[in-house]
Amino acid sequence: MRSLLQSFFNLSFRIKIPLWGSLLIVVSAGLVSVSLMFRAYDDLRQDLLISADSLGRTLANPLFPIMLHDQLWKAYETINAPFHGARLENPVQASALVLLDNKGRVYVASDPEEFPTLADFSTLGKDTAQVFEAARQLTGDATRSVDPGGSDRLWVVVPIQQENLRLGTLLLVYSKTVFLPRFVAIAARAAGAALLVLAILLPINWYWGRRMAVPLVQLSSRLNTAGSRLPEDIDPALYAYHDELGQLFAAVSRMITELRESERLKNEMVKDQRLAALGRLASGVAHEVNNPLAGMLTAIDTLKQRSDLDARTLKTVGLLERGLTQIRDTVRALLVEAKATGRSLTPTDIDDVRTLLHAQADKKSLRLDWRNDLGNTLPLPANLVRQVLINLLLNAIQAASPAGYVGCRIAQHNGGLRVEVRNDGARLSDEQLEHLFEPFMHTRESGHGLGLWVSYQIVQQLGGSIAAANETEHVRFTVNLPIDQAA
Amino acid sequence: MNRREWLFGVVGWLATAQLARATQPAPIRVGMTPAFLHDQHALLEDWRRYLERHLGRPVEFVQRDSYRETMDLLRQDRIEFAWICDYPYIHLRRQVRLLAVPLTDGKPLYRSYLIVPSSDTTTQSIAQLRDKVFAYADPYSNTGYLVPRYQLKQLGENPENFFARTFFTLSHRGVIEAVATRVAQGGAVDSFVWDTLAKVKPEVVRRTRIVSRSAEFGSPPFVAHQRVSAREFQAMQAALLGMGADPEGRALLQRLNLDGFTAGDPANYAGVAEMMKAFGEL
Repeated sequence: MRSLLQSFFNLSFRIKIPLWGSLLIVVSAGLVSVSLMFRAYDDLRQDLLISADSLGRTLANPLFPIMLHDQLWKAYETINAPFHGARLENPVQASALVLLDNKGRVYVASDPEEFPTLADFSTLGKDTAQVFEAARQLTGDATRSVDPGGSDRLWVVVPIQQENLRLGTLLLVYSKTVFLPRFVAIAARAAGAALLVLAILLPINWYWGRRMAVPLVQLSSRLNTAGSRLPEDIDPALYAYHDELGQLFAAVSRMITELRESERLKNEMVKDQRLAALGRLASGVAHEVNNPLAGMLTAIDTLKQRSDLDARTLKTVGLLERGLTQIRDTVRALLVEAKATGRSLTPTDIDDVRTLLHAQADKKSLRLDWRNDLGNTLPLPANLVRQVLINLLLNAIQAASPAGYVGCRIAQHNGGLRVEVRNDGARLSDEQLEHLFEPFMHTRESGHGLGLWVSYQIVQQLGGSIAAANETEHVRFTVNLPIDQAA
Repeated sequence: MNRREWLFGVVGWLATAQLARATQPAPIRVGMTPAFLHDQHALLEDWRRYLERHLGRPVEFVQRDSYRETMDLLRQDRIEFAWICDYPYIHLRRQVRLLAVPLTDGKPLYRSYLIVPSSDTTTQSIAQLRDKVFAYADPYSNTGYLVPRYQLKQLGENPENFFARTFFTLSHRGVIEAVATRVAQGGAVDSFVWDTLAKVKPEVVRRTRIVSRSAEFGSPPFVAHQRVSAREFQAMQAALLGMGADPEGRALLQRLNLDGFTAGDPANYAGVAEMMKAFGEL
């Protein structure tokens, strides 16, 4: 039982709210019906007593002279009159009328078989002694109802009396069992009304309960997943109101947004740290390699000055020199040293890059959408900005589809420089986006894979940021460079 | 119009009104009693109109529930004719004349039935009804009062305390109903009323059982007040006796459960007089 109750309380709100609502409605409808039924029963009883009182008083008047003149048959006809044309199912219809004399004997009754004339009334039934006692005590023209315990009959006692002369007592007998069909009819009507109410209220309750429960259930499932992974966004259309549930909804929605933002920042940070570590490693290796390399190249240079070298040695020395030179170039490329020297960036520097890359773009019949909003000189190192811009544009031209599109937008933004480069080439995969700015990261067959790495290093050293994103039609690279006010 | 003309007018109007009243014959008043089923009001109204047409003058039925009241009407000269029981007839023999007697089963005779509820299957005679509740019809009824009391007297019982309780229903039909509903455990009833009710309301009669049938007595007669003129007497007698001769009259007789009327013979009522003597009433 306890575990059954427990498992009920463990049910989802989706079921529990409508279920609880339904239970409350059913219980209320039942209680209202039952109270109405009891009220109806009370009314019925009251009606009966009023009707009995009225009938008793009406009959008592003519019965006085009839008993006075000892007209038994007329008395019988008088008390029998209410039964003429009586409907049996009428609940306020007496089942019998009994006239007693002062000695407690039956004078005459509408039902002589049960109450024979001259019989001692007290001994006629198990409830009659109590009724007779009540009749005996009754004085004046007051009427009284007697409901003997354990009896299925209700009695109304009316004295036959005028001016202190008591001739006898009229008893009106009512069967409580005739209440039953009437009571059942009332109960059936009440039940019908209750069912109608249920038929209207239950679907409303069910709808309302689900309306409440579904947002709660979604909130709950979102919050449940929040521990293990980033929850999906909740559907704001599910609950558009501003009550407590609506506020909760909004709060959770906000929380999910913040979680996502913090997750993004975390990823970004991890990436930055990785790139920073890579950068340190690369520059460390480069420095370590650079010194012996310089020595070796100098030694080869010195060796080449000698004239006694045969052709075979010369060829080997040449081979060594080219190899070492390539190593030096690579190492140099890795070892990005953003020296903030040289002149500041002018609009002309940007336009020079356009001129420089025009031929390349033409070769692929690309549409180069150029927009340079830079109006004045900015305190940024021109050669480094140009290098980043060239790297990004070269990549874009390579990536763009044949006769495709490359866009470049340079503008001042938030007090810094903003460079946006777009191409209409293939989207970048999540994997590519993750490792885009790492060295030797090839997005295509050609190239040494250091362009973006170098650009990243430069932007980092200038205190800016670089990011790539897939737009609906383009792949976009954005560079933000802050302008050092002190410089 | 001057005063004299106005006076003449009034006198003239009074005179014509008086004349009109004189041409309209006085109604014949007939007392009707529970000697038969006198509460069949539609039948009575048809019968009254029948008699009006045959007598050529208005007929009034004066209905009373007890013989006593009808006897008083005769004594007070407030009715000309009456259909009464044989017992009152003997009482009033000096004031009234025998006019007509109804025929049942072709005879001007009837009996008293001693009846008990049909649920009582043991009672075989009135002697077994000691200390029971007994219903009489009327203190001036022969079959409904005089006969059972006479029977008890014959058995050597005192009719005044033989039964635990007696009461009058003031009609034979009431006796049958009192016994049928078992208000009374026994009753005495006019055989003509019982037989008629057995046809009209069998469901009531079925709840009673005839224990014994008395000797025959002269049927409740139509009587005429002594002061009724010979012409009126004959007209009324002819109207009643002639009912069997025309279809409308026969239909009424059938509804009355009668075979017809006969002139009757006062000798038929000797039995009642004998019983009355036994009670010192004659």
